[in-house]
Formats: sequence, C-alpha cells, structure tokens
Amino acid sequence: MSLQLGWPDYMVIRDENRCIKCEVCAKQCANEVHKLDSDYDKMMADESKCVNCHRCVALCPTRALKIKVNDLEFKPNANWTGSAIKEIYKQASSGGVLLSGMGNTKPYPVYWDKMLINASQVTNPSIDPLREPMETSVLLGRKPEKLEFDKDGKLKTKMPPQVKLDVPVMFSAMSFGSISKNAHEALARAATDLNIMYNTGEGGLAKEFYQYGPNTIVQIASGRFGVHPEYLNAGAMLEIKIGQGAKPGIGGHLPGEKVGEAVSKARMIPRGSDAISPAPHHDIYSIEDLRQLIYSLKEATNYTKPVSVKIAAVHNSPAIASGIARAGADIIAIDGFRGGTGAAPSRVRDNVGIPIELALAAVDQRLREESIRNDVSLVVGGSIRNSADIVKAIALGADACYIASSALIAVGCHMCQNCYTGKCNWGIATQRDDLVKRLNPDIAYERLMNLITAWKHEIEELLGGMGINAIESLRGNRLMLRGIGLNQKELDILGIQHAGE
Amino acid sequence: MKKEGEIRIPSGCAISGILNKNGERINGEDIITSIELMRDRSNGLGGGFAAYGIYPQYEDLYALHIFYDDLVSKASTEDFLNRHFEIETAGKIPTRKKKGIDGEPLIWRYFVLPRRFKLHESELKESEYVARCVFRINGHYEGAYVFSSGKNMGAFKGVGYPEDIGRFFMLETYEAYLWTSHGRFPTNTPGWWGGAHPFTLLNWSVVHNGEISSYDANRRFVEMYGYDCTLQTDTEVITYIFDLLLRKHKLGLKQAVEIMATPFWREIALMSEEDQKKFEAIRAVYSSALINGPFSIILGFEGGMLALNDRIKLRPLVAAEKGDTLYVASEEAAIRVICSEPERVWSPRGGEPIIGLVEGRR
Repeated sequence: MSLQLGWPDYMVIRDENRCIKCEVCAKQCANEVHKLDSDYDKMMADESKCVNCHRCVALCPTRALKIKVNDLEFKPNANWTGSAIKEIYKQASSGGVLLSGMGNTKPYPVYWDKMLINASQVTNPSIDPLREPMETSVLLGRKPEKLEFDKDGKLKTKMPPQVKLDVPVMFSAMSFGSISKNAHEALARAATDLNIMYNTGEGGLAKEFYQYGPNTIVQIASGRFGVHPEYLNAGAMLEIKIGQGAKPGIGGHLPGEKVGEAVSKARMIPRGSDAISPAPHHDIYSIEDLRQLIYSLKEATNYTKPVSVKIAAVHNSPAIASGIARAGADIIAIDGFRGGTGAAPSRVRDNVGIPIELALAAVDQRLREESIRNDVSLVVGGSIRNSADIVKAIALGADACYIASSALIAVGCHMCQNCYTGKCNWGIATQRDDLVKRLNPDIAYERLMNLITAWKHEIEELLGGMGINAIESLRGNRLMLRGIGLNQKELDILGIQHAGE
Repeated sequence: MKKEGEIRIPSGCAISGILNKNGERINGEDIITSIELMRDRSNGLGGGFAAYGIYPQYEDLYALHIFYDDLVSKASTEDFLNRHFEIETAGKIPTRKKKGIDGEPLIWRYFVLPRRFKLHESELKESEYVARCVFRINGHYEGAYVFSSGKNMGAFKGVGYPEDIGRFFMLETYEAYLWTSHGRFPTNTPGWWGGAHPFTLLNWSVVHNGEISSYDANRRFVEMYGYDCTLQTDTEVITYIFDLLLRKHKLGLKQAVEIMATPFWREIALMSEEDQKKFEAIRAVYSSALINGPFSIILGFEGGMLALNDRIKLRPLVAAEKGDTLYVASEEAAIRVICSEPERVWSPRGGEPIIGLVEGRR
C-alpha cells in the first residue's frame, strides 16, 4: 500500500461513442497522457501526467474529451486542505523545493476588482471617441524640472531620451529560453507594429531580432546573460532587473535541457548548461552601486536611451523607488506579487511580496511627497488582465503597464502553470522543436495585435466616458476611482474614497 | 453638509471680461450689466469680480482682501499680519445693504509690504514670501480667508447673484482698466463666501466656466511644488498652474497656453521637425498641467488678460473688439448689452487663446 494518496489531480473523460481512435490526443500531448492500447483497440489515459493544459481537448476532432478536476476529496478540513496535504506528500517523497509556473494562485484580494471608474453626467460632457480625437500616447523617460524657451518661443532645454508608446502597454520581460523563438518573434513584431515595446528578459538577444531594436527593451539581469555592448545598443531602452513579482528576493534558473544551440548563443553560455541568475546582482549591494550600474549603462549607450530599473513590489517599495529615482533611473518598473514566471518556488510565489495596486499607490504618493514624481516614469505589472486594470493603474499613478501573462494567453496559453517542465503543448514555454513549431508566429502576432487594439478601443471609451481626451490627464487622477468593499486603511493607502462618498 | 474645501463641488458658470488696451479706467457698471444679462447661467450661489488698476494711490503695496468668520479669527490673523507685514493702512471694505445678500462675513482690506527683516531672513523673493503667507493664513487660520493678494488690483466676491454682489461691494465707485466677472452655478450649496470666484493669487485672477476632468491629476501635480489646494476647485488649481508656469518657471503666456491646451498629437505630426520636438518636450514635461475637460477661462494679470477654451471647445467663449476695448464673455449677448455695435465679434477655436495686453505695461 502506498503511503500517500496516489490519485491524479485531473480526470480525463473520454466519450467512447465519439472517440474515433485517431490518436491526435496522443500525438499532441507532450506529457504522454494518452496512448492507444492495441490489445483492447482503445484510447487509454495515464491521468497522473495530465497538467490540464487543454491541448487534447482543443484538438480532438470529435470533441470526445473533457478534463475535469478530480472530485476525489480528502475529509473536509478548513486548515488541512487537500493541497496542503498533497504538498507534504510531494516533499516527503522528493526532499525538494516545490516549483510552480505562472503567477500567484492564492485567493488574496485583487484590488483592481474593488475599484470602480467614474463617468461624466450633465455637469461635464462625456466625449465620443468615434467623433473626437482621443489620445492614448505616453512618453517614458526622465523629465527635466522645467523647460526653457528663447525669445522666439523656441525650445532651449535639451531633452533626455524619451520612448513614445501609442498605447500605455508594453510586453513585459520574457526571455528567449523561458519562451520559444516563435513566441518571442510574435511579441517583437506586434510591439513594432503597435508602436509599443517588448522586453528581451534576461536571455540576451538573437541576431535575427536586432531588426526590432526601436521597439525593444534590453534587460540586464544578475546573470548578465548575453550582455555585450552591441546588445546594449540594440534596443531603444535598457532595463536593470533587480527583482520579479513572482519571486522577489531570489534569482532564476533556466535548466540545461532548455539551453539548446540558439539559446546558448543568445545567452553566451555553453549548450546544455544550467543558466543560473544569482539572487542579487553581485555588483549591487546597495543603492550607490545601482547608481554606478545605471551610469555605466548610460555611458555605454552614450546617454541616448532611457534606463529602467525593475523591482518586485515589496513592503518598503516606496523608499526603494525613491532611492532608484535619485540614483538616476529614468523609469521605475514595479512588478506585483501576482506576476507570472517561467518557474518559481511555490512558497516564494505564494507568500512573498505585495499586490501591485497597493505598491503603485504608495510609490506614486511617496514620489509626489518628495516632489520627484514628475522626474521619472512609473511602469507597473504583475497581473494586468484587461483594459480596465490599465485604466485603474493609470488613475492610481502609473505612466504605463507591463503585461506578460495576458500576452501569452492571447497566443494560446491556458494557464496550466507548468512552464518550468519545458513541455508546453502550446509551443510557448518550450524549446522542443516539435512543440515550438505548433505556435505559428504569424497567427500569434495577429492575435497580439488584436488584443492591444481591442484594449486601446476600450481605454478610449473609458477615457471618453470620464470626459478626458488625453491619457496623461488620467495619470494620478485618483478622483476618478472609488473603492468598493474596502476598509478605511485600504482606501487610505490607495488614496481613494469609497463608492458613494 | 461639508463646506467647500472639504469636498469637491462641480459647477457651471457665466464669465465676462472687459479690457481697455490703453489702460484707461472705467467704473464697474458695465461689467455688472454684462454679467447680469447671463443671470440664468448662475443660480445665486456665488458671484464675483476682479478689477485691475483700482488702487493707484497704493500701487506698490499688496492689497490683502480677507474674509473673517468672527472677531476671534480676525485677532489671530492680524497678529500674524503684524508679524510678517508693515501695514500701511487697513479698514473694512465698503459695502451697502443689498436684497439677496446676507450672511456676509467680516470683510477687511489691508495695504501691506513684507517686513524687511522677515523677508531678508526668509531668503525668498518678495512675491513668494507673500504667496506663502497667504497659504499660511488660508491653510492654518481657522475662520480667515485671504481672497485677494495682488498689487493695484482686487477681487470682490460672495454668495449671491453676481450683479447683487457687484452692487453690494459698490463697484460703481471703483475704476479699473480690466474687469473680469463670474456668475456661479454650483451643483451643491456651499454657502461659503471664500468658495465664490474669481480665485486669485498675487496678481493672478482666474474666472472659469467648466468642470475639468483632469482636476486630480492637476492638483497632485501642483501640490508637488508647494501649492495647497485647500478649496478643491478647478479655478484654484488653474490659478496655481498659471502661477507655476508664468512666475516660477518664467514661461511666457504663449507657452502656458501651449501647455494647458496643448495641440493634439495628430496636429503635432503635421508641424515642422523643430516644432514637433518642442511639443514632444512640452507633452513630456508638462503632461500633468494639461487641462482636460470642458472649460473657458479668463486669466487676469497686471497688464492684460488671457481667455482660453479647452482643446475641443466644450464651453462657450465669444470675443469682440471696439476701439481699444476687448470684450470676452460666455455669450455674445453679454457683450452686446454693453457694446451694441462692436467692430468685430468672433468665437475663438478650442485651445486658441485671446490675449489682450495694455500698451506700455507688459
């Protein structure tokens, strides 16, 4: 008898009347769940390998398949829940750290869903975006305190470099390695045609992607993978990655199995070797060290590109952000604890960091109290799920938002949270050639274009409803928000009033 | 019910302005007649005037107009004034009984200069010193409110219809080269005199019709530069933006307009490369000073006035000229009632400023 419950998490329900034994499910499943049993001439399933990614369900030509959460339950216990017990079984048998992919799954409050947006009625008119101009462009970069003009009204001030986005959205850092080449290509092409930015992540940049430079953010992370002068100058913006919302305080690990020829070249590491990013940058043990790295990067790029510093949202984010602004960063990116990841220890993902909504509100307010908010741009990510989340983030004080999970869902991710296995059946979080080619970069590109275009329309509608025709007039405009079901402390931190006030 | 300053109260309005570009002064009858015509744009909950050139005998002194709730607040405020200013002369602002005007506070006027040693000690410019003293009183002295603090100019305002307020303050006895006025239609009943318009700081006065949808973005921007938005009104924040841009950042009127009603990106795309760079810089640095939503405003200052609409003209604004006089108002009728045959009448486009300057002043 086994010491632990050997029952799988999911059940594969196959309608025998519909199944034609075409074996599509078997061919599609990289986890090898499905198999034709020739003795019985019947499709069988080893459900213990199933991750509920829906690939077989989506491709079954006769719609014979369903995956359900296994309804076998432990005796009800509010403290010792099924997952708590199963995690102990797993660790007791493996002796290892629990791993997860994608973002925090725990039922923490989602503050986006507890904020409501205003609209104009009578005392000022709403604006129809189909009839009137509606501006969603933003400029990211350091701003001088004021401008100077000569007698003829000509600009005298020399402006620091700015990056202009047509929509206040950017594709957040996802390295080539953690995601496939086809996914990377779709992001780069969509960013270019949408006139927004995508981010290389810490995986370096393959030569064939240099053509998307004007819409590329090149990231410099603690492992320094693929960082060289040409790389730094390949993008239009640089980003120093200090932390990530899904795993604040720890580094990263790309298993050697994912490091094939192309990834090895982009990262400048031997093929098949693990790529381990240390928890801290070993040349940044304090804020003054960060300043040196910021200016090293500026020197390396001749002060032509803004430098962003990305941190995870943690308890003292406001003070950290203030330090980053004063250390010379042009953009501060903050990643909330619901942000996604290719792989993170589950305990860290589910217990470390704070929601982006609270971090954003606190950071924006702190920078204003120090009169330095206008000096820098503020970008937030860590689970932006739709255009309303973006509008709320900007009203709280963000300049723009980073999205990654949403972008991957647009190209087919089904949120099975097993990215770290490298067996992504949708061709996204994998380097296996047979799987990668499942993701058609042309279709993925088009779906990303569609998503952001749709969100742009929705942002315009919401702006027009508020009587605003330029998105900068929404930035930090917290009167446009009201809380619903929040306590006074939460309202105070968010800097908003309750609905009805 | 919360008083103005504790809550944000939107309002619609009427505005009117008359400027003599030769600097010749006229009494307050015309401006009262003009704003009176637009009575149905107000609802009796606020009216006011700003007048420039009215105190030639004290033209180098700051004229502080102050509302007091009671003698206690007057005593403590005067103690502050005595410590910070040399008071040349002081007295009640003359008023007459007027039907429809009641519940008025104590209304006092002081002609002052900063105490020299205090000013020296503060290491501030004189204007900044005065502005900070005004913020100090309005923010910290319960029951006292400085509603005018410029030189050779003054605001007169209160709760009531503007024409009644004008007659209450006996504006026919003042002569000014620039008059602006405001009739208010708040969608709430503050019943507080300080909340009426115009809003002023130093020599700036603003009358405004509209409800700006960028309010909180603008407020949180100017608060970074030491402005306390105690009233939570559009007019207050617009005045502070003007003060920040014109006085502190030393920009010209034209640049202030280019910031507050900035061109659309699609218009910028058609400009010369140099102008594109300029407007990109403006929209980068001063994006939070863009005034969004419906407004028409008249900024009064020493030497002229500026009238401006929002970028897509969501509020009315008409201008007219006759001889050396420039008129602006919410309605053409409000101009024709005092100038029956203007030489030119026009409606400025959204974002297109009307600037009138007095010869030989600035």
